Amino acid sequence: MERLFELVVAASLINNFVFTRYLGLCIFFGVTKKMDTSIGMSMTFTSVMVISAALSWVVYNTIMVPLHLQFLEIMVFIGIVAGFVQAADTIMRKVSPGLYYKLGIYLALIVTNCIILAVPLINAGEGYTFLESLVFGLGSGLGFSLALIIMASIREKLELADVPKPFRGLPIAFILTGLIALAFIGFSGLITL
Amino acid sequence: MHFDAISLINLITELVRAVTSHNLIPMAGVGGDIDVSGPINLVEIIKFSAIFLAGLGAVFGIGLAIAAQKFAVKVDPKVEQVRNVLPGANCGACGFAGCQGYAEAVALNPDVAPNLCAPGKGGVAAAIATITGKKADAKEPQFARIMCQGGWSKSVKRYKYEGVEDCRAAILAGGGDKACRYGCLGYGTCSKVCPFGAISMTEDHLPFVDITKCTGCRKCEQACPVKVIEVLPASKQVLVACHSKDKGVDTRKNCQAGCIGCNMCAKVCPYDAPSVASNLSKIDINKCKVCGLCAMKCPTGAILDYIPQRPKAFVMDSCIGCGICQKVCPVDAASGEHKKKHAVDRQRCIGCGICTSKCPTQSIDGTFNAPEIMAAAAAKKAAKQAATAA
Repeated sequence: MERLFELVVAASLINNFVFTRYLGLCIFFGVTKKMDTSIGMSMTFTSVMVISAALSWVVYNTIMVPLHLQFLEIMVFIGIVAGFVQAADTIMRKVSPGLYYKLGIYLALIVTNCIILAVPLINAGEGYTFLESLVFGLGSGLGFSLALIIMASIREKLELADVPKPFRGLPIAFILTGLIALAFIGFSGLITL
Repeated sequence: MHFDAISLINLITELVRAVTSHNLIPMAGVGGDIDVSGPINLVEIIKFSAIFLAGLGAVFGIGLAIAAQKFAVKVDPKVEQVRNVLPGANCGACGFAGCQGYAEAVALNPDVAPNLCAPGKGGVAAAIATITGKKADAKEPQFARIMCQGGWSKSVKRYKYEGVEDCRAAILAGGGDKACRYGCLGYGTCSKVCPFGAISMTEDHLPFVDITKCTGCRKCEQACPVKVIEVLPASKQVLVACHSKDKGVDTRKNCQAGCIGCNMCAKVCPYDAPSVASNLSKIDINKCKVCGLCAMKCPTGAILDYIPQRPKAFVMDSCIGCGICQKVCPVDAASGEHKKKHAVDRQRCIGCGICTSKCPTQSIDGTFNAPEIMAAAAAKKAAKQAATAA
């Protein structure tokens, strides 16, 4: 139980996927222009993350490890995520059109997110159990959501500020991310895993 | 050590032999360490990986195909067609959530009118009518009008505002820095929200609406915190550009271009359109015939006439002397004897165009609406000829 809690904190705060590991940046910068897109993206991302972590763990540990096919992990994990996202897209369209119209557009973006590949890879490399992988995926989703929401709330205010012309748009966003990452260093050493 | 072709080939064959004979394949873990776990049967590996990948691909392929079949959503092709015809600006003027929302509503719901797309204007409405089989009557275009002429050079400020350069922010600071509570603040919120780039801010910090780009989507009307923007039909071209309900004295103190409620416009109007209430004149757009008299007589220049030029009228030889122009002229410029060619006094004529539109034989020319009236009459004649010939 403690271990699971440590994993969540590690994935979301100490080794935040955006601010410490610098992953998932294209979606991070693309979606944080507005608050509602950020919230939609974070919800979709967390759900896709947890389910793909589970699926990847199952395929990895039941088929790939016994057959010594671990070198295929990158291809297989991406394949699993892409297949799952496509299936989710098709099913959601029919089963709940309302949810689809709100969040469906983010599904296609998530497949190309680095974090979606990073979490199963880390799970495989560190040899986590099934529950630990799930919790790690959940933690990464929470950390990503935190990053998105913090960034969106600042960026919305930044729209009205008097930013010098060369810095408008992406440059100031990068500087901002760097400053937040500096702040997140404060979390390091919180829990020694 | 020098590299030539032979030594290179030797190096490569040696490497391959080392790998295949010892059957040692180093595997890199995510943690960074390279782990070599004993001899591995290469042929088996290749066999298993091929089967595994093929199997995975087959499972996904079949799974997705079945899902696509079972969870298929019937999409009406008309929705796609309508969506392609719409401009795609997602401005929301139609009242639906973006162009996709309107496409679905108009294609699937028989009650939704096909002419709701304001940016699309007549062309899109006609196209949608063709696709969905509904009838489209052309809606008159609407333009955003700024009901304030108080630029920063003409109006007084209450305090110095140093803050976010946005009207929505300025209004939070005690109702804005303008002395007149009803006037345009001039920080350009409307210009920022316009999706078509139709609003630009002048040197005097007043918004200027480019009517060639304005589509009447009402985004500026919603965004303006002082509610000084009104979206009105395009034909309403004489308007009181002021919302100040302050007493005349106070209005004049705060702004040189405000309405002081002097009632002059109501006195000169031959159609009884303007009326003063709460120190502000308002023109009844249903009574107004856009003659422009009030705009000429307004002492502060608060009434704006959007018709750019008003050349004077003259009567052509086709006049039948019916005297209608004499009856409708607001300034008594047209006159003439019964059944004889009438004439327009150019000194009196204000170019309002009412006689041009009322003349039964289209014998009056020269005013701003003359080409339109002539063209409409010619089209009617051509249609009539085609109908009688058929």
